[in-house]
Amino acid sequence: MADKISGARMVIEALKKEGVEVIFGYPGGAVLDIYDELYKTPEIKHILVRHEQGAAHAADGYARSTGKVGVALVTSGPGATNTVTGIATAYMDSVPLVVLTGQVPTRLIGNDAFQEVDITGITRSITKHNFLVKRIEDLPRIFKAAFYIARTGRPGPVLIDIPKDIQQAKGVFEYPEKIELRSYNPVYEPHIKQIEKTYLLLEKAERPILMVGGGAISSEASKEVKALAEKLNLPVVMTLMGLGAFPGDHEQSLGMLGMHGTYYANMAVANCDLLIAVGARFDDRVTGRVDAFAPMAKIVHIDIDPSSIQKNVKVDVPIVADCKRALIRLLEIVQAAGRPKKFWKERFKDWWEQINIWRRRYPLSYRHDENYIKPQFVIEKLYELTKGEAIIATEVGQNQMWTAQFYKFKRPRSLITSGGLGTMGFGFPAAIGAQVGNPDKLVIDIAGDGSIQMNIQEMATAVEQNLPIKIIILNNGYLGMVRQWQELFYGKRYSFVKFPLIPDFVKLAEAYGATGMRITHPKEVEPALKKVLKSKKLFILDIHIAPEEGVFPMVPAGKATTEMLLV
Amino acid sequence: MTGKKHTLSVLVENTPGALARIAGLFSGRGFNIDSLCVAETLDPTLSHLTLVTHGDEQIIEQIIKQLRRLIDVYKVVDITEEGNYVEREMALIKVKAEKEYREEIFRICEIFRCKIVDVSPRSYVIEVTGDEDKLQAVIELLKPIGIKEIVRTGTIAMKREKKST
Repeated sequence: MADKISGARMVIEALKKEGVEVIFGYPGGAVLDIYDELYKTPEIKHILVRHEQGAAHAADGYARSTGKVGVALVTSGPGATNTVTGIATAYMDSVPLVVLTGQVPTRLIGNDAFQEVDITGITRSITKHNFLVKRIEDLPRIFKAAFYIARTGRPGPVLIDIPKDIQQAKGVFEYPEKIELRSYNPVYEPHIKQIEKTYLLLEKAERPILMVGGGAISSEASKEVKALAEKLNLPVVMTLMGLGAFPGDHEQSLGMLGMHGTYYANMAVANCDLLIAVGARFDDRVTGRVDAFAPMAKIVHIDIDPSSIQKNVKVDVPIVADCKRALIRLLEIVQAAGRPKKFWKERFKDWWEQINIWRRRYPLSYRHDENYIKPQFVIEKLYELTKGEAIIATEVGQNQMWTAQFYKFKRPRSLITSGGLGTMGFGFPAAIGAQVGNPDKLVIDIAGDGSIQMNIQEMATAVEQNLPIKIIILNNGYLGMVRQWQELFYGKRYSFVKFPLIPDFVKLAEAYGATGMRITHPKEVEPALKKVLKSKKLFILDIHIAPEEGVFPMVPAGKATTEMLLV
Repeated sequence: MTGKKHTLSVLVENTPGALARIAGLFSGRGFNIDSLCVAETLDPTLSHLTLVTHGDEQIIEQIIKQLRRLIDVYKVVDITEEGNYVEREMALIKVKAEKEYREEIFRICEIFRCKIVDVSPRSYVIEVTGDEDKLQAVIELLKPIGIKEIVRTGTIAMKREKKST
């Protein structure tokens, strides 16, 4: 008979079995036993954060940038509740996480014990699934199931709550090789009839659009997206989460659609007669007023989550499948039908002519200014200097939208941004996770002066781990996006969006042992960026930008996407 | 109440939290639960849930899809949509039983095949089983006599087998 080991040891062994190389965590009373085992396990790298929210976001950034499951470990009570925003962020963007929380001993559960919180209850609606381990013999199976659920189907966060007495109990560790859950069987293979229907619609279409969302990235379907677009000469629009799934510098890319999408992307979608959506969920920021969204189009919707289909828009051809496999099947049919590339080129020539008219009429643009640094100019320069190859994390708000508009992401998993939940304070800890997962790549956090203060404590984490992240603060002294809405829709009543006090970010950087620099004039932008990019240390570049610059185009909330406010 | 009434038959893993997940799904997404009935099945690892809800076609579709999306949910059948099913509910009705009304109560019980399961000098407890319409009819008839309390089980339902092969 196999030797008995403790529950805490089982946790470590399970993590090893799942191939976990790094976890992000913060110790506390209810996870002392697991930390004691971690102490003896140098093969699992532990990144000590400064706040549990940072741990969840860092695990998230790690997962988004590598495609692996991100793991966070925190204690019970406040440790657990501090991860809630991070879990919800990952849930909204379908990011595979496993969050381990300590819990008070089982005999105390429900007693309002010290640092007790019903974290499985709290996170029920923001996890794909969660577990409370009540018996030591369940622990291996629960871990196997948790990782399996997190990474398969539509990925998402899974939480495992482990009471202290379970960590201390002894049991035999037999880790299941395979797991089957009778109540959970994601469908990967598309219904071939639906794919055939899609092809027939393509044959009939005159004005098709390929709309690519985050699902294309999580199913690793970029190659197929590109192959399909190029073969059929399809214009490609991307959602915020889809940026990078198709090269932003490709001539068939119309960039992002939706509230702050390009004029031509929104016009193309509004006028198309066939919309093929790949791994997108028709969020309200994408559709605007739903009845005016692609009103003439037949809609094909490929998604692994059946509940995403027909949720927000009426779909003509629903395809429940893994995006990659669905596109492979579609490409096979395209191949078998045998129409040459020339045919499709000719076929959509008029459509492309129209699109190019829109492109010329309102390209993405902004007014240059001699005295003020324009944030768009900063992102453009950054794009030039990094050739679109950096991993860019963003915070949320104007900084995020300018990045989405002006940085032409070339590769999947290179934009790390909180799309669904819109979590301020996400970018920097997520950048930490991304840099840990990609030690040789350039990782940049584009921040606002508001967002960066929400998880600034992680400076210590990044410096002590020698992570050479570049933080670029687009500092306008405002909560810029809220200010923009107040300007446009609330009679310029700037209610509590100007910070009376903003810290000296240069000194702050220095206080943490990082490098800081401030610029205020357009001429300084390029040299400063060059200096930052060369640096091997954590760097804060505090850029004072034009304070009341807005993000345009903009579709006001609830309006049709053709009703854009332009520059 | 807008939209058609739907009775859903749901099999879920008999685990702690499964019911909370389902209830949370309905409250969190703004769906309605008109009644909910849960009990173990022959297989003790599965619970059966009869859930009555209402909404337009798109909402019912979302409810079913969201239920299926829960890891603990094994099977969801829209019994209303599939047609041909038996539906039952039971109610216990405590009714005033003054002397002059006892005859009337007996008569109603006989017509609707109710049982009197508890008798006290001033009141009777009546057990009635049937579909929603029948329960409603009994309740309406007893109201003038004086209903003191009602407890209802909520609907349970089952598909009928095909009559011909």
